[in-house]
Amino acid sequence: MDPGCDNALAVQAARSPQLGPPALAALADDAARTPLRAGAPEPDPPDNEPLYAARQKIYPQRVSGTFRRVKWLVLFVTLGIYYLLPFVRWDRGPNAPSQAVLIDFPSRRFYFFFIEIWPQEVYYLTGLLILAALALFLMNAIAGRVWCGYLCPQTVWTDLFQAIERWTEGDRREHLQRDRQPWSVDRLARAATKHFLWLMIAWWTGGAWVLYFADAPTIVRDLATFQAPLIAYVFIGLLTFTTYSLAGWMREQVCVYMCPWPRIQAALTDEHALNVTYRYDRGEPRASLKKAVALHEQGLSAGDCIDCLQCVHVCPTGVDIRDGSSLGCIQCGLCIDACDAVMQKISRPARLIAYDTDINIKRRQQGQKPFYRLVRTRTALYAVIIALVGAVMTYTLATRRNDGVSIIHDRNPLSVRLSDGALRNAFAVRILNKTLEPQSFVLKVAGLPDAEIDVIGSAARSGGDPVIEVGPDQSREVRVLITSHQRLGPGASVPLTFTIAPEKGGTAASAGDHFLGP
Amino acid sequence: MSGQKKKDEPKSPATVGTTGHEWDGLQELNTPLPRWWLWLFYATIVWSVGYWVVYPAWPLVSSYSNGLFNWHTRSAVATDLVALQAQRGPMMTRLASASPQQIESTPELLDFARSLGRRAFADNCAPCHGAGGGGAKGYPNLVDNDWLWGGTLDEITQTIRHGARAGDDDGHQGSMPAFGRDGTLKPTEISTVADYVRSLSGLPTAPGADLTLGAKIFADNCAVCHGPQGKGNRDVGAPNLTDQIWLYAADKKTIMEGITNGRGGVMPAWGGKLDDVTIKALTVFVHTFGGGEQ
Repeated sequence: MDPGCDNALAVQAARSPQLGPPALAALADDAARTPLRAGAPEPDPPDNEPLYAARQKIYPQRVSGTFRRVKWLVLFVTLGIYYLLPFVRWDRGPNAPSQAVLIDFPSRRFYFFFIEIWPQEVYYLTGLLILAALALFLMNAIAGRVWCGYLCPQTVWTDLFQAIERWTEGDRREHLQRDRQPWSVDRLARAATKHFLWLMIAWWTGGAWVLYFADAPTIVRDLATFQAPLIAYVFIGLLTFTTYSLAGWMREQVCVYMCPWPRIQAALTDEHALNVTYRYDRGEPRASLKKAVALHEQGLSAGDCIDCLQCVHVCPTGVDIRDGSSLGCIQCGLCIDACDAVMQKISRPARLIAYDTDINIKRRQQGQKPFYRLVRTRTALYAVIIALVGAVMTYTLATRRNDGVSIIHDRNPLSVRLSDGALRNAFAVRILNKTLEPQSFVLKVAGLPDAEIDVIGSAARSGGDPVIEVGPDQSREVRVLITSHQRLGPGASVPLTFTIAPEKGGTAASAGDHFLGP
Repeated sequence: MSGQKKKDEPKSPATVGTTGHEWDGLQELNTPLPRWWLWLFYATIVWSVGYWVVYPAWPLVSSYSNGLFNWHTRSAVATDLVALQAQRGPMMTRLASASPQQIESTPELLDFARSLGRRAFADNCAPCHGAGGGGAKGYPNLVDNDWLWGGTLDEITQTIRHGARAGDDDGHQGSMPAFGRDGTLKPTEISTVADYVRSLSGLPTAPGADLTLGAKIFADNCAVCHGPQGKGNRDVGAPNLTDQIWLYAADKKTIMEGITNGRGGVMPAWGGKLDDVTIKALTVFVHTFGGGEQ
């Protein structure tokens, strides 16, 4: 035992009168084994260390293997989608933009291929966020920080930037060596190339971002001729800066110090979740190849880990997986690839580092068979909720109307007495036409038999009922006056149903309100 | 413990070090912050200095430091207003050249004028006439179809522009005399004619009310403005007494109050205060409350 550590326990025991008898007994027992008494002078702690630490630059080494291939694939697919999607066209006819994915803020529309979302349908976004959150939970319950390791933009862009760094300034060893040498033309040229490429990628990242908010080919032309709106340049500048600094300079600091997600992991993972794990049952005690031979000759055992540090050298966040899961470990699996390559060279079985659980390590240590429980209450529940939310969203999206009506009753006055004694209520009726053609709607109001219906601003009639024309992909508010000669007493309230039916045929949308007495 | 199983080692002052702070024997382990965080903190302080320089910040003896940007909330509003005018420009031009009748027959102009009118009404008219034009005692309800000074587009424009009894030479004149206070009618006569007035719109009268005498008093004193049948006269703003709408109230006490002390509500003349387009929008807005006359 480390004496400092024990001393701390002794001090803790002496200073914790509120500790219960069992805890105190355990501590006392601990203290009794090493003769340290409460009140003994404490050794000087290393208090002269600074409160702030400089970042240790990480030189991740090139690696190849299954997980590296998966990461390359994810990188190409996700970045490919991000950079190219705005250029995909989708013909919607003359009354809507022909960009497949477009967030049109000025006219408050979001287009996604065949789906068009109006601002009041923002609950689809809520649904997507719920799905995203639960998918994250599910991934975490099954295989740990899949998001962090493979999908997170910070990881993907950092991965790309590190690849460029290795390409320009050399792999780990070469880069380390070069960094120790004084500045030379060669070193300067390499660094300049690296930063130029980083900035180009960062700039194009910002450039692609703004393409989602306006017609992509137009904005590309406008950007090239300096005709684009200022806000486009501002956002490109902003994203260039964030991409360059976060992926080029901050890297693992983002994960360790800035991102909340690593902190949430602990609550979302459990003992059955697969995590990138160093199988210490197999690896310990660590011994180099020579030392292992010597140990075997003495009749002692040696683990499979030869302490070659390859797992540490390839790690993009610079952690040692053999210390166990930590905040810094984004679970990208690159250490698995590195270790497998070494194990293959020394003819030992692969996967000394693997997706595994601590339970299985303990079971193997006790000679039991490992078991994997991917279907658990937690994962099943996540999957069920994902399916449920997904089904609800698909159903509402598939059955949603492309028209609609909403009504606001006049609040001042609620009811008006006309000079002949009749009563009138006024309503603001907003009619939605989500189709891309102009549409006429026939307005009917049921509930008050003798009601006279007048629409301000629309004199057209169809069989006595008012007809209201609404432009393509627009909504229109009209003032509707309902007059009744019925003798309604004070406080009377007659339920009304407003229906709007497309004039050219189709089912009607409806909304309810009330006709109020004086 | 061997160095191989670091993860099981608890952090302690001996292995990690402390910040040097101690409270009642409690020490704080020193887990160093990243140094860039510290630099970022200093950078925010420098950034705040930038605010002092470019924005108005420091109070001086009789004014304040203007800042390099010469930014001012008032000029920011002015800029926004100019942008708003530019955005509304084409529609405003159409609105300015169209007559109120043309506006009402063109749906998109009507929508535009009504939304412009809604704001102008809320800013200028709502304090008396209510947010939705429902009026109040003495302040006409604009949603019904009874008009003191006329409910056509031209008449509404005239009333908004020149007001009523507001000292504008082109405005509406004439008010209800104080028959009781100036001694023209005795209290009993006022009571009798009040009953007669109620009877005009079919309201119940007091038991034993002498409606014949009431009719005579009415013909002698009131008919000159309110008309022989009590139908009112819009030239002098005399209300129609035969309909169901009452500017003040229909109860006998309120009617007698009016006859005794007279009435003469004032509508300000908005001609000099609001521009022509706003008055046009207001006219259309009020006309389309529901009671507008053709």
